Amino acid sequence: MAVGQRAIEAAGTGVARPGPLARAREWWEQEHVFGYGLILPALLLIVCLVAYPFGMAIYFSLSDYWVGSPGNFVGLENFRDILGNEVFQRTVYNSFVFTSIAVAFKIVLGVWLAMLLFRNFKLKRLIRGAVLLPWVIPTALSTLAWWWMFDSLYSVVNWTAIRLGIISPPGPNWLGMTEYAMAAVIAVNVWRGLPFFAIIVLAGLVSIPREYYEAAEVDGASSWGRFRHVTLPLLKPVLAVVILFSTIFTFSDFNIVYVMTRGGPVNTTHLFATLAYQVGLNGGNLGQGAAISLFLFPMLAAVVFLQLRYIRKE
Amino acid sequence: MVVGVRSRGARIRSAAFGYANVLPFVFFALFPFYYMVITSLKSDTELYNLKAVPFLIQTGVITDNYHYLFFKTEFWTWMKNSLIISVTATSISLVIAILAGYSLARLRFPGVNSFGTAVFITYLVPPTLLFLPLSQVVVWLGISDTIWALIVTYPTFLVPFSTWLLMGYFRTIPREVEECALVDGASRLQTLVRIVLPMAVPGIVCVVLFGFTLTWNEFTYALTFISQTANKTAVVGVTADLIRGDIYYWGSLMAGAVLASLPIVIIYVWFLDYYVSGLTAGAVKG
Repeated sequence: MAVGQRAIEAAGTGVARPGPLARAREWWEQEHVFGYGLILPALLLIVCLVAYPFGMAIYFSLSDYWVGSPGNFVGLENFRDILGNEVFQRTVYNSFVFTSIAVAFKIVLGVWLAMLLFRNFKLKRLIRGAVLLPWVIPTALSTLAWWWMFDSLYSVVNWTAIRLGIISPPGPNWLGMTEYAMAAVIAVNVWRGLPFFAIIVLAGLVSIPREYYEAAEVDGASSWGRFRHVTLPLLKPVLAVVILFSTIFTFSDFNIVYVMTRGGPVNTTHLFATLAYQVGLNGGNLGQGAAISLFLFPMLAAVVFLQLRYIRKE
Repeated sequence: MVVGVRSRGARIRSAAFGYANVLPFVFFALFPFYYMVITSLKSDTELYNLKAVPFLIQTGVITDNYHYLFFKTEFWTWMKNSLIISVTATSISLVIAILAGYSLARLRFPGVNSFGTAVFITYLVPPTLLFLPLSQVVVWLGISDTIWALIVTYPTFLVPFSTWLLMGYFRTIPREVEECALVDGASRLQTLVRIVLPMAVPGIVCVVLFGFTLTWNEFTYALTFISQTANKTAVVGVTADLIRGDIYYWGSLMAGAVLASLPIVIIYVWFLDYYVSGLTAGAVKG
């Protein structure tokens, strides 16, 4: 702490006539100055690269901005156009179907998997590691593997199902048929998001005191009763957090649909993000693209509101 | 079930039940990776033979797909780009997040709670909400179509996440330790660097691991901001550039997917426990 002591000495001797350096140091050592100073880089980043682009997105959505040509203010014309557009209407429908089904599966399977992982296994660490892997690997790359698994001709899913006698050959062309394509992208989303759910719910399970279960057992509760009246109520806060997180990130998903279907067949798997990409970048219509991606905002606002209002208060 | 000691038979039954139920999940989680690897090592004649069993390699392992990837594509350039981008963006974000996280977790000044909330809200903003305006920002900055476009924009999601994670770790350090250092004459910055940081090492390791993973895996920005083959990241290079025309070369595509995932798999296996604790802390704390 040699430097520190010298600083104090310098400050001490400087009482008579503090040098500019010592005064600057004294100023910097004040809690609020230091506090603001440390937060400044992060704040600049958020203002310049998050808040400002968000403002730009709003401006774009109100103008006829195309790639390479600065646009004119057109008011709500973009919104009127897309709201009347069948592809967009389909995308709204797709987004809600995709998000609600995928999140529902992740909740049920995630809680079930967490309860299984909570047991004492000999290979506990190995099993947890394996189960979490889909969440860690680049989604775009694992989705490539899924795409190949759902191939129109060589699908391993169909091959297996035919051999097991579940379906009759040749089996569905997964990514070429509306309902099947939606089922496929939901399956991949669940596959990727399930570990996140399971690991966080598991952390919630670990924090439940064992005495509650023992008390319930003494009262003669069945295992379903214990789950229903002990586990579930105590997991509620953790479940709420993880459901909100998962909802916003499922709703805004891009990778899986972009890689597997590009929104097809006939726009039946488009989500807001993939449609915004297609219109704004492939089509060059930044105004409409921005307007489409802004439809993610109400969902974000709702999630933020719920998080701040109910969860962080505890 | 009766309270107290359970019989041996009941314990074995319970363990068998556990394994029987968890195995389908393990299979579901791992199968796509297994299939990726096996496809990358199969000859095309076997791959496109409808009579062959897709789970196995029956006509011998081939390395042609990897050979093609190494010598006929820019695969190593993509890997190098990904490495530079991930290391740089993670380092920058780590420094910014340490400063902000410490300030928000420890110091008292007017507005500190509003800043904390702002960071939290930014943490929840999905990248797909902002990719269109950001694509114009990087054009104006003159870094469009270079790896700098990603180094500059990746901190937008890394910093909020890392700050959030580190705030949790900083809060667990007893305040007295810092106060002692300050009384002993250390400056505030010295206290942060020499006293607080060494005690927050697990949090910093988590931030580095997650930062590296999130940037390496990032797809939307990397796809949007870069179109030159030589400047692409590994994930986008494999996904976009290995598909030629209407024919999919699944062998080389899967070989690329395997190799581009490999750095993450290695780090993951090494630091598994950090991933689990970081995931939990990031989502639940605060």
